[in-house]
Amino acid sequence: MTDQVQEAAGNGWQSEKFIKNLAKRKRAERRFRLTGLLAILTALTLLGILLFSIVSKGHSAFIQTTITLDITFAESVIDPNGNRDAAELRGANYAKLVQDALREKFPDVKGRRDLRKLFSLISNDADSALREMVENDPDLIGKTVPVALVAGDDVDMLKKGYIDRSLAEDDRRVKDQELAWLDVLEAEGDIETRFNSGFFTNGDSREPEKAGIAGAMVGSFYTLIVTMLISFPIGVMTAIYLEEFATKNKLTDLIEVNINNLAAVPSIVFGLLGLAIFLNFAHLPRSAPIVGGLTLALMTLPTIIIAARAAIRAVPDSIRQAALGLGASNQQAAFHHILPLSMPGILTGTIIGLSQALGETAPLLMIGMVAFIADIPGGFSDPATVMPVQIFLWADSPERAFVEKTSGAIMVLLGFLIIMNAFAIVLRKKFERRW
Amino acid sequence: MTCVARLFHLPSVLFTNEKETVMSFYPLVIVLLLMSAAGYWFGSKKALRTVRKSSNFLTPRPHQFGLYVVIWSLVPPVILGVIWAVLQTTPLETDTGAMRQIDQVVFPVMLLLATGAGLYFSILRINPDLRVRKTIEGLVYVLLILASIISILTTLGIVLSLLFETIQFFGKVPMSEFFFGLNWSPQTALRADQVGSSGAFGSIPLFTGTLLITFIAMCVAVPLGLLSAVYMTEYASNRFRAVVKPLLEILAGIPTVVYGFFAALTVGVFFRDLGDSLGIDVVSESALAAGVVMGMMIIPFVSSLSDDIIMAVPQSLRDGSYGLGATKSETIRKVILPAALPGIVGAVLLAVSRAIGETMIVVMAAGFAANLTANPLEAVTTVTVQIVGLLVGDQEFDSAKTLAAFALALVLFIVTLCLNVIALMVVRKYREEYD
Repeated sequence: MTDQVQEAAGNGWQSEKFIKNLAKRKRAERRFRLTGLLAILTALTLLGILLFSIVSKGHSAFIQTTITLDITFAESVIDPNGNRDAAELRGANYAKLVQDALREKFPDVKGRRDLRKLFSLISNDADSALREMVENDPDLIGKTVPVALVAGDDVDMLKKGYIDRSLAEDDRRVKDQELAWLDVLEAEGDIETRFNSGFFTNGDSREPEKAGIAGAMVGSFYTLIVTMLISFPIGVMTAIYLEEFATKNKLTDLIEVNINNLAAVPSIVFGLLGLAIFLNFAHLPRSAPIVGGLTLALMTLPTIIIAARAAIRAVPDSIRQAALGLGASNQQAAFHHILPLSMPGILTGTIIGLSQALGETAPLLMIGMVAFIADIPGGFSDPATVMPVQIFLWADSPERAFVEKTSGAIMVLLGFLIIMNAFAIVLRKKFERRW
Repeated sequence: MTCVARLFHLPSVLFTNEKETVMSFYPLVIVLLLMSAAGYWFGSKKALRTVRKSSNFLTPRPHQFGLYVVIWSLVPPVILGVIWAVLQTTPLETDTGAMRQIDQVVFPVMLLLATGAGLYFSILRINPDLRVRKTIEGLVYVLLILASIISILTTLGIVLSLLFETIQFFGKVPMSEFFFGLNWSPQTALRADQVGSSGAFGSIPLFTGTLLITFIAMCVAVPLGLLSAVYMTEYASNRFRAVVKPLLEILAGIPTVVYGFFAALTVGVFFRDLGDSLGIDVVSESALAAGVVMGMMIIPFVSSLSDDIIMAVPQSLRDGSYGLGATKSETIRKVILPAALPGIVGAVLLAVSRAIGETMIVVMAAGFAANLTANPLEAVTTVTVQIVGLLVGDQEFDSAKTLAAFALALVLFIVTLCLNVIALMVVRKYREEYD
């Protein structure tokens, strides 16, 4: 008896050993819980670092440095014959106006090399802005007007603080001489920053200060239109067939297994498929949105089918039975009753599939959408590039100024993706019905 | 086979041929559509009229009669149009005047006649007893099946196009060299003076590089993903879950090109600087940087799959464990995770297949030179990087260099397919155990 009591005191709930053990187990519990929380926090921190690094590099892409110069629209340069002929005005040497203005501002700069350096303060695209001004208002000829001209990319980088003035001259892209000129301009309040609207309206360019994402945005738009027009109807039709009409047989099984496997095929393999079938076999134009769209459509098809099937399956059988009971045919029940009720779910899946397609790069590299294309595409068969590929191309460019362009383009792309996904969420929240 | 090839030319005829074809094509389509629209209107009207005269009850709805007419007016010209496209691409007719005549005059007239005949006879046949619904639904059914078959055709297209080029490749490079060779340098194939030798195509370094990066990615993604899934399912409050889960899903929605940029510019440089400060030599294109960022991308993939799997473990197992006095963490570690292990293995396999096929991160952040090493601080290359490297910007498709890309892609396709099939089988078997 006493033995038993002693044993209980040694091992029972009140025993020191048990209490110690319990405390240890509780500590282990807290540790484990903390580990889980830490894992989530780590993942979120990584996400935060990613977004922060993009935004901190990219926000300055939306700002542009300009240098205001007093431009004299000398008639002798623009229109030597004095007849205001449109073709002559278009072909005139506007770059000389910029150079003259700079020379006037810094009269003591002599020598070809120094002059070239001086001229490089202003973007070599500035002349087209002047041309546009003159074409819009020929009365400018002969007048002297202060004009804010886009600065060269090195000046832009310096103004934004990406080039360190304290570095030794040899390690710095902007030399002391240029710094001196810029300080003069700065002191007179001629250097300003403003919103970079060209980033949204220009096509690609080799000059960072001129490069914009308009071409890529339009290319993405055309590509997505093709993708949507092909993958949405085919995806919905496949889903309806599999859920409503397919009898259980070998063909149905094959289609189902196929779709599940296609969903997991690496995207680059779809690119090779596009290359082999659409380019080498069907001879569609290279680099065109139509080919990109077709390739991406094949890639997004499984996503849309899987989402659409889930949405159709969620519609209760009673709806179908009621329709059939009132004399509708199978197809009328499917197309008039089940499809409309499952549409919110299908559309949500489609938008998510399309947002994947919008961010996809690898298959498009395979079908030649990586070419340098400065023009904004005007149709489905024009050579084009898309936003992710533009990001890839800019990320490869050596100029420092393209880093901010890349990050800026990424911000715009992420913005589009957020809008699409938010739209999908709203659609689901607003129209989804729980049965 | 050639016939099918010509069929594929149809779109290229529409998009690329000289203006002439396009000019005559679109008005023709518009006329045909107008004709069938008129047929629709007339057919439905006639159906209503006849039913008013007779005492019969109109079984199909009037608009179905209209659709019936539309089908009969559009199917014959579409068939003719396909034949036309096939004939157009035959090399025989290229420039003879007679064929041009047929192209520009005879064919459009034939199309219009076929449409007219379809319209006439279908309208003639309209009477209330005609079972038009059957015709329409039969056609819809065929369309649904055709749409479903596209997914099979996609897989078939992938397999055939890869296989075809791969067989050609193995005609130039022996299979043993490809699978067991240790040296990969396809670029030497460009030099014409190397007769008989066309570079080295030993793919072992590519596979080891892929495995190394995948392994690093898994080391990041599996613990983080699994632990966050455990925390989400077992500990987190509903509110925490509602906020954090979508945030984690953002990681999955970010385009891979963004991860690539992040890996190349931020993480790679960070690891290099970290190595410098520790006195270790880390290249900025290290496998470590690419692997860590890829792991980051895969975290939500692992966590959402494990989430489902942990949720599927029956509550009775948890209750039994709690009833015996186990703490939550003990239950998770000793009951839930062992029970969910097969499912988690399946999830990890799916994640591995995702990592192997990932392209953009490695293209931007890993090296291009094949390097047989297991050191994560050095640059390695992967299968996907080489596919991109071999195909981007290259136009000729008979050199061993471009064909090698297809062989690599075939291997990639087969490996990911096998991983997926195994993973899905494991997951399914596991689900059945508890259902």
